[in-house]
Amino acid sequence: MSTLEIKDLHVSIDTEQGTKEILKGVSLTIKTGQTHAIMGPNGSGKSTLASTIAGHPRYNVTSGTITLDGEDVLAMSVDERARAGLFLAMQYPVEVPGVSMTNFLRTAKTAIDGEAPKLRTWTKEVKDAMAQLRIDADFAQRNVNEGFSGGEKKRVEILQLELFKPKFAILDETDSGLDVDALKVVSEGVNRAHETGNMGTLLITHYTRILRYIKPDFVHVFVDGQVVEEGGPELADRLEEEGYDRYATGAGAATIAASQA
Amino acid sequence: MTEITTEKARIGAPSAQPFINGFTEEGESLSPINAAASKAPLAGEAVKRHSHGGGVGVPDSSRAGRLTSYKLADFKPLTGLEEDWRFTPLKRLRGLHSEVLKGAAPSVTVSGPEQVTVETVSRDDKRIGSAGIPEDRVSANAWENFSEATVLTIPAEFEAGTEINVVITGQDTVAAAQHLVIVAQKFSKSVVVLDHQGSAVVSENIEIVVEDGADLTVVSLQEWNDDAVHASSQQAKIGRDAKLKHVVVSLGGDLVRVTPSARFTAPGGEAEMLGLYFADAGQHLEQRLFVDHAVANCTSNVLYKGALQGRNAHAVWVGDVLIRKEAEGTDSYEANRNLLLTDGARADSVPNLEIETGLIKGAGHASATGRLDDEHLFYLMARGIPEDVARRLVVRGFLHEIIQQIKVPALEERLTDAVERELAVTNN
Ligand SMILES: Nc1ncnc2c1ncn2[C@@H]1O[C@H](COP(=O)(O)OP(=O)(O)OP(=O)(O)O)[C@@H](O)[C@H]1O
Ligand SMILES: [Mg+2]
Repeated sequence: MSTLEIKDLHVSIDTEQGTKEILKGVSLTIKTGQTHAIMGPNGSGKSTLASTIAGHPRYNVTSGTITLDGEDVLAMSVDERARAGLFLAMQYPVEVPGVSMTNFLRTAKTAIDGEAPKLRTWTKEVKDAMAQLRIDADFAQRNVNEGFSGGEKKRVEILQLELFKPKFAILDETDSGLDVDALKVVSEGVNRAHETGNMGTLLITHYTRILRYIKPDFVHVFVDGQVVEEGGPELADRLEEEGYDRYATGAGAATIAASQA
Repeated sequence: MTEITTEKARIGAPSAQPFINGFTEEGESLSPINAAASKAPLAGEAVKRHSHGGGVGVPDSSRAGRLTSYKLADFKPLTGLEEDWRFTPLKRLRGLHSEVLKGAAPSVTVSGPEQVTVETVSRDDKRIGSAGIPEDRVSANAWENFSEATVLTIPAEFEAGTEINVVITGQDTVAAAQHLVIVAQKFSKSVVVLDHQGSAVVSENIEIVVEDGADLTVVSLQEWNDDAVHASSQQAKIGRDAKLKHVVVSLGGDLVRVTPSARFTAPGGEAEMLGLYFADAGQHLEQRLFVDHAVANCTSNVLYKGALQGRNAHAVWVGDVLIRKEAEGTDSYEANRNLLLTDGARADSVPNLEIETGLIKGAGHASATGRLDDEHLFYLMARGIPEDVARRLVVRGFLHEIIQQIKVPALEERLTDAVERELAVTNN
């Protein structure tokens, strides 16, 4: 049983116009076995939260803490965080030319486990996981994300989730850009990983659509860098009907409808 | 890799246009009419005594118009302003362009199948001049100064099961001249590895004759000591249905400047020209190649890739591809890619494609210089991979594309190791 705890997190970025505060005091606790959905309009800071947890150098934590079972996550480098059990499925996975998927997956698995996986079982594991996510076998020979469609990239993120078996998975809009079939396939992947009972999930989404396939235990509404409301799954249903409008806090607040499913 | 510059062009199948619309990139030179266009690239014996090419009215920018001569005096002293020397730091040439080359030529040791003959011949051997003619002053200086040459002959129809290793070892840094001739006779099949090592200041002319139906791979490996200065003109004449795979691997040396050329003399020829370089701090690695499509229905494919790291690491790639009026049915593509691993490194990359006929299968070029991208590193590190491993993964992958294509297993391992050593050298 693990706990990922975010306390009063303030994050800013450096822009040409100067420092801009994006997260304005976020607190969140996730435990193994739980699924938390974070929902919010465009630009509310969802990806910022995800990237900050993963340690992207662009984001400066000005105050607050992130701990994993009491360990200071903010003191860890990006790779240390991943090895500690944090996994970020990215909203926009980058293409890495010259590095084959096979080589990448094996290198990452070796780094995370601290030892090379047994070749035979590993190859089979990769193959089976790819088949379940309906990823063509020839993707293994292709370079990481290179030339993959948006949907293919998302499946490959979930492939990694299943193979690397993190303690906590942060899924940043894994649902966006997926058609209904792909959404089902990807959701099944997340649910399989979840069913092992060893993972907690932070599911970031703009739409409620994915919540039909992945059932959240908690829903947090994110507006302008803050959690403005929290509740159970029923909160998602309300958002579906009412959108984010009622959270509008003034001029800067986003006013984008949530429900497009 | 973030693409900083990229150019791409692919010209489709037969079009009667004398020039191709839309080719406006820098470095492009499309002369619809070229005074020297109908000149064959080499005229055998006759050209030994005369200079030719050049001439009045031929635009400088056309590769066809470049002065070629066996006589040093025909080339003006270098100023560094010449188009083909503008990237080269002349003062680091250590006299290759300006002094009599009287040092001892690096030693040549050949090993390989016994059917391959190795001869040391004097200047008047009739095979000298059979594939090459100097195209610049440094090459002409070597031509004027070499005392004896090594001639390697792969006999007709002989298929070498193992590589022919030519180890060229420099002993000192007195400016010297070197001459080698490789003759792959009809329907032979072989791999020749030119293994440059040691310390040397040398201008080298290598002539490569690929006779009809022959299949020859030449790998020129520059793993010199840090103080070496090496200018190497490697000119190939490719016969009917013959195939040349030419590979330049430059890793060691202070200044290495390789100028390979492939000239088709009969239809059906194929040239594959590959290059791999890794420039460290202070190193100047230059490659200027020339593919001369002077006859119909030949194919050329060029790919050079380089990694650069450290202050004043400098790589230059210039690729001249000339598709002459006669060269209908040509299929040609050239590309250069550079990966800058640190600040302070510089890559110059200039593809030049000249097309004088529209009746070709295809012609294109691409050039890109990029940085090791922070987002790539972040992605790999976010999967638990430590930064140094992540960097190596990216660079290795980038260069491996070339190593894979050499298809000489013994070399593959050696080059992979060499790249690892280069990567280990710095703070990566
Ligand atoms: N590189 C940047 N330069 C300037 N502003 C940025 C940058 N990255 C993020 N921001 C700003 O930070 C805020 C939060 O962005 P973030 O990407 O975290 O939002 P999000 O909730 O993930 O949005 P979306 O639903 O569109 O993915 C936005 O106002 C955005 O414009
Ligand atoms: Mg986002």
